Amino acid sequence: MTEEKTHHPEPSFLVDTGKYKGLMAWLTTTDHKRIGLMYMYAMMVFFTVGVTLGMLMRLELFYPGQQFYGPQVYNGIFTIHGIIMIFTVVIPGLAAVFGNFSMPIMIGAKDVAFPRLNLFSFYLYILGAAIALASQFMGNGPPDTGWTFYAPYSIHTHTNVVAAVFGAFVLGFSSILTGLNFIVTMHRLRAPGMTFFKMPLFPWSLYATAWIQVLATPIVGITLLMIIAERWLRIGFFDPSLGGDPILYQHLFWIYSHPAVYIMILPAMGVITEIIPTFTQKKIFGYKAIAISSLAIALVGYFVWAHHMYTSGMSTTARWVFSLLTFLVAVPSAIKVFNWVATMYKGSISVKPPFLFALGFIFLFMIGGMTGLSLGALATNIHVHDTAYVVAHFHYIVFGGVGFAFFAAVYYWYPKMFGRMYNFKMANWSFVFLFTGFNLLYFPQFIIGIMGMPRRYFDYLPQFTLGQQLSFFGGVLLVTGFIIMLITLFSKKGAKAPDNPWGGRTYEWTIPSPPPQENFDVMPEMGLDEQPYDYK
Amino acid sequence: MGASNFTEGVDLAFKVIFGISLFFLVGITTVMLYFVFRYSRKRHPKAVQIKDNNILEITWITIPLILVLLMFYYGYVAFRPMRDVPMDAIPITVIGKMWVWSFEYEGGKLSPVLVVPINKPVKLNLHSDDVIHSLYIPAFRIKEDVVPGKKNYMWFVAQQLGEYDVLCTVYCGLRHSYMETKTKVVSEAEYAAFLKALPEKTNEPEGLAILKKNACTGCHSIDGSKIVSASFKGLYGREEKVVTGGKERSVTVDDAYIKSSVYDPDKDVVAGYQKGIMKPYKGIVTEDEMIKIIDYFKSIK
Repeated sequence: MTEEKTHHPEPSFLVDTGKYKGLMAWLTTTDHKRIGLMYMYAMMVFFTVGVTLGMLMRLELFYPGQQFYGPQVYNGIFTIHGIIMIFTVVIPGLAAVFGNFSMPIMIGAKDVAFPRLNLFSFYLYILGAAIALASQFMGNGPPDTGWTFYAPYSIHTHTNVVAAVFGAFVLGFSSILTGLNFIVTMHRLRAPGMTFFKMPLFPWSLYATAWIQVLATPIVGITLLMIIAERWLRIGFFDPSLGGDPILYQHLFWIYSHPAVYIMILPAMGVITEIIPTFTQKKIFGYKAIAISSLAIALVGYFVWAHHMYTSGMSTTARWVFSLLTFLVAVPSAIKVFNWVATMYKGSISVKPPFLFALGFIFLFMIGGMTGLSLGALATNIHVHDTAYVVAHFHYIVFGGVGFAFFAAVYYWYPKMFGRMYNFKMANWSFVFLFTGFNLLYFPQFIIGIMGMPRRYFDYLPQFTLGQQLSFFGGVLLVTGFIIMLITLFSKKGAKAPDNPWGGRTYEWTIPSPPPQENFDVMPEMGLDEQPYDYK
Repeated sequence: MGASNFTEGVDLAFKVIFGISLFFLVGITTVMLYFVFRYSRKRHPKAVQIKDNNILEITWITIPLILVLLMFYYGYVAFRPMRDVPMDAIPITVIGKMWVWSFEYEGGKLSPVLVVPINKPVKLNLHSDDVIHSLYIPAFRIKEDVVPGKKNYMWFVAQQLGEYDVLCTVYCGLRHSYMETKTKVVSEAEYAAFLKALPEKTNEPEGLAILKKNACTGCHSIDGSKIVSASFKGLYGREEKVVTGGKERSVTVDDAYIKSSVYDPDKDVVAGYQKGIMKPYKGIVTEDEMIKIIDYFKSIK
């Protein structure tokens, strides 16, 4: 561990030194660290909104029949819950927050390649989110299509679909520009001597992610515009009554939205790959295998989209080809899990909160991945497709996976961000509640899904009552854990954090906490015999 | 024996996949927790650096690859027969409409419940009039989307007498979760009796039946002639001059206007007609019925 320095020649990035002070200094900043933090605050707000909507659904589903509100309200709630959680929380997610905050430091850069574009991406993000939220209050009532906007229902419904779709379109641009920025940053701004295969693995995962953002997002952009054109101009792309094809919509939608799952999960895997070496004090096992598996996931991930459509009436050939490809993408994910566990072998393991969350991530991600296998297989998919089983599966991936990795990342980089520690005991309690609550909330959904409970149901048959009620109690525990976590992090100032509280080996731990504005006093260089994760 | 000819195959695929998964989940989790315990900093203060091992990497690429291919195979084998319909299957047309299932038997006879004979292959031809639905019979392990403008199908042999849930799994709007019915598997004799007892097909659209039931057709014709008030024929989509609160304005007859005219007829009265002749049908004509009426109006544009 490095000794805490007493004099920092440069002021920290949290100190306003420019033309503006206070809020304006933040809103006009081009510092990647400040932009990362602004994404984090915005996401915490959206996440809280999303969780609240989720709990409103769980409350209504506590008993069969109508309890508190009617089906139209329910349909609006699950739609906006999905839009907020997918488009404003998990898709930008780790890349926007920690990609911005940590990645440039980890590769030894002063900032991203295009700092102004970075700020612009943030404003597009806020604008898109604002439009999506405004769809709730304008026009003919909240959109009720689900976040998937399936045609022809999305063409027929009278609710305010256009605003929601346009919001998602704008958010897509934010994502594309961030991806572009990161690709250029990693190509052009790595420290001298840091070849691609000496780059830390979180940046590696962001690199794979960024290519998906740049190449796949435009497809959903144009698809969403086609919906608007169809609603306003009556051009028949998807609606059969206008001569369109509803299955075409599903193809276009999933060509983006399946790779989008990897936009969410790859940075999460990257974060875990940073945390495990640090807390085991060991060189990551299988560096190249992990780096290449990120690219493999990004690449194969493009060719599996139609596994969302096995029951749509596609040809039998298309069904088995997509099923086979889907199974191939499972392998690189398995490789990562094996390498993480192998890294722990003969390590010197310190179970601090970030590591605890990383362990939680691995367990939940395994369940999420393995339950995905029966969705990838044809016969079993036919049975559980569009049921609560799918709801459970993707929550295990995007919440158990991305969410827990996000929490792990917050606990990991928080001392670096604010120069303060937090109470470990409280942080561990937040894990206990989040982990228990999560499993109690989503595991019963697997079971009622296999029993035949369809998704997006306002009301349900009596045999599913017990499962729904367990889920409600799980939700209560989960929310409690989330509140404990917020209290841990934001209620009072912790002790001053040293530069390297965990004994990490990447560049962010060589600079002060919080970092100075341009990160490095002396720009780092990587020697020929130096390797990433060089633990002695 | 499974409820349908597919039940056992699908369940076997589930068992294979869940079995392998559970083995790895428990195995990996145990090893991971053991490492965390055995190599905790207390017990193991100095980490031992270990070199990458290509043989190990190749092993844990190959084994999962073989296992997932095995899973693919089981999924494929149980699925393949679902697409090959026997020639002698009894054809039944499924009509999915927001938010009711109906089943059309030979001669166009309609039933709200899917009744099928035991041990006979049945082919369901899926038809939607509006948006995408999906016909799901959990006990039979089958599901296929009902897509407007597309000729999807599914088939099965029911192997156990009884009643099974039929659900819609593709979100289709307001009453999606109420779009459910039953499948009744009966003996062949009962099936014959059921077919005989089905009412003859009437060609009347549902919307028209609702209009007749509420006596709307007493004042509004459907052939363009004038009885008391305007005919329904050609009404939908037309520009009309109406009086709203004493002021004349122009409206297009669309869903919203029709709805408001039925529920609150005196709000916008067509120029040249009198207020107070028609009673409000709020609470008499339901939302579901309203949609069918509007569909019918669209059909006689």
